[in-house]
Amino acid sequence: MLYREAGDFKTSYREDGQTFPIRLDRWGYYAILVVAFGIIPFVINDYWASAVLVPFLIYAIAALGLNILTGYGGQVSLGTGGFMAVGAYAVYKLMTAFPDVSIVIHILLAGGITAFVGMLFGLPSLRIKGFYLAVATLAAQFFLVWLFNKVPWFYNYSASGQINAPERTVLGWAVTGPATSASAKYMICLCFAFVLAWVARNLTRGTLGRKWMAIRDMDIAAEIIGVNPLTAKLSAFAISSFFVGIAGALLFSVYLGAAEVGEAFGINKSFLVLFMIIIGGLGSIFGSFAGAAFMVLLPVMLKNLLVGTMGWPTDLAAHIELMIVGTLIVFFLIVEPHGLARLWALTKEKLRLWPFPH
Amino acid sequence: MTQVQEQDGYVTADGRQIGPVLMDLRDITLRFGGVEAIKKISFDIREGEIRAIIGPNGAGKSSMLNVISGFYHPQEGEVWFKGYRRGPMKPYEVARLGVARTFQNIALFDGMTVLDNIMTGRLNKMSSGILSQAIWWGSAEREENHNREQVEKIIDFLEIQNIRKTPVGRLPYGLKKRVELARALAAEPQLLLLDEPMAGMNVEEKEDMSRFILDVNDEFGTTIALIEHDMGVVMDLSDRVVVMDYGRKIGDGTPDEVRNNKEVIDAYLGVAHD
Repeated sequence: MLYREAGDFKTSYREDGQTFPIRLDRWGYYAILVVAFGIIPFVINDYWASAVLVPFLIYAIAALGLNILTGYGGQVSLGTGGFMAVGAYAVYKLMTAFPDVSIVIHILLAGGITAFVGMLFGLPSLRIKGFYLAVATLAAQFFLVWLFNKVPWFYNYSASGQINAPERTVLGWAVTGPATSASAKYMICLCFAFVLAWVARNLTRGTLGRKWMAIRDMDIAAEIIGVNPLTAKLSAFAISSFFVGIAGALLFSVYLGAAEVGEAFGINKSFLVLFMIIIGGLGSIFGSFAGAAFMVLLPVMLKNLLVGTMGWPTDLAAHIELMIVGTLIVFFLIVEPHGLARLWALTKEKLRLWPFPH
Repeated sequence: MTQVQEQDGYVTADGRQIGPVLMDLRDITLRFGGVEAIKKISFDIREGEIRAIIGPNGAGKSSMLNVISGFYHPQEGEVWFKGYRRGPMKPYEVARLGVARTFQNIALFDGMTVLDNIMTGRLNKMSSGILSQAIWWGSAEREENHNREQVEKIIDFLEIQNIRKTPVGRLPYGLKKRVELARALAAEPQLLLLDEPMAGMNVEEKEDMSRFILDVNDEFGTTIALIEHDMGVVMDLSDRVVVMDYGRKIGDGTPDEVRNNKEVIDAYLGVAHD
């Protein structure tokens, strides 16, 4: 009844093109922003930051990146883990080589470096598509992990082969290193996630986004209309990798603090992020967040439920948890193959007419 | 690159002024391996004209259209456009020169709304860079809204206002064809290629589509080249007709001339072998 478009007239194309054309949506969005920026940083504790919110935000950025490539651009990639590793190692090298430069700049530069690497590995997409491209990007995954393992320069010749994030500050607050407070970790990830989501939304609603979607939906027609497939595909790879690189840099420097490439950025990461966008919804900004939330929150919730509430032994709960998560993924994909974003869109469509659907 | 000699046009029976030659195809030969799909065909398309290409199935009409739109590169022959010889070009480069087309089997972007599909047609009119698009406020948004205004004119023109925000995948066939025409028109082409715009339509939809084609030609002055199997439509709409059969050109002229051409009648009705 409250949720409707009727009576909410748009008198300019600018108004018609806004992200949340329905008033209630807009209010909801502002409310979430107020809570995320104004309330959570003051009440957050270590458990919530490290178990839920920080990984959620970081994976949401990675999912946004992969969604740009796969959901909007139609190019399947299994190299996400490898590209995250590029971001992580790039930010590590930059942090240690230029300790006086702000970490924010380092993270952005790490994204830029990853964008370049992603573009290189995106070159095969000009010739091959679908499953074959997935296999080609899989090569990127294995090659990059191997490279960071084998070349000691990347981990500054440390004996353990690990990379460790030294302490860096933003505006006087430590955001990396062991002394970082929960709210500082949360805030830097939130800022990146907020700005990047906004950028993703802008890119996907404009000319570039239409080029990507045109290539995704029908590449031959797109080319005849005037889309240059070379620039469209490579820009999708570059921008996607930029996002994924930033996610990798944050994951290493803010969240993990120390990382070993095979463990932190293995093929599992690639699949995890791919699951996120499939469950969340391909080609949807909201879907990237929903998918990340689903994959990050569900195990935590189940663990709390099984171990905390029902008092099961931890090892049994850990196994059951895997099975339940797997079953739920299958269940969701059968019920709504287009992901949570579609489910949400359908709900909204129904809500617009509720309670008089005829 | 040399300038073709400008020739004057002619005036049609209904008093429309037809301009000089816009596209000139000279001795086009297209082979797929050993198969000659098009054999030494020459014809021209004049500015402001509605030019039909007809012929039985497999005559090479669609291949001809694909040569014009730059999707196929002929082994022999020359394509002259706006007075310049066109080298081998990528399809998107041809599109930038002002050639737009629709497809025999609808080739819309199913995952996008009608509005987005038509906006995609205006890609070549939009030039804001990645950075300004990422920031959106300012030049990118201004450009978007300006182009939206142009697109809305086309939406009005083709009477598809009510489905503007519908995903294309949900539309019925006839409307999809219309959206495809809208997408091609959005590029403000000088030469519009229509590959069987009326295939699979009922009489009413055909009438609508014919009206739109005539209106486009009339209001925007767009030159149109179309392939169509419905002879009634072709004869009514077009100013001049090229007839193809087995990759050869067997007739070229006004609808009346073509209708009375013996070779054309033979190709369509068959010849008695005695």
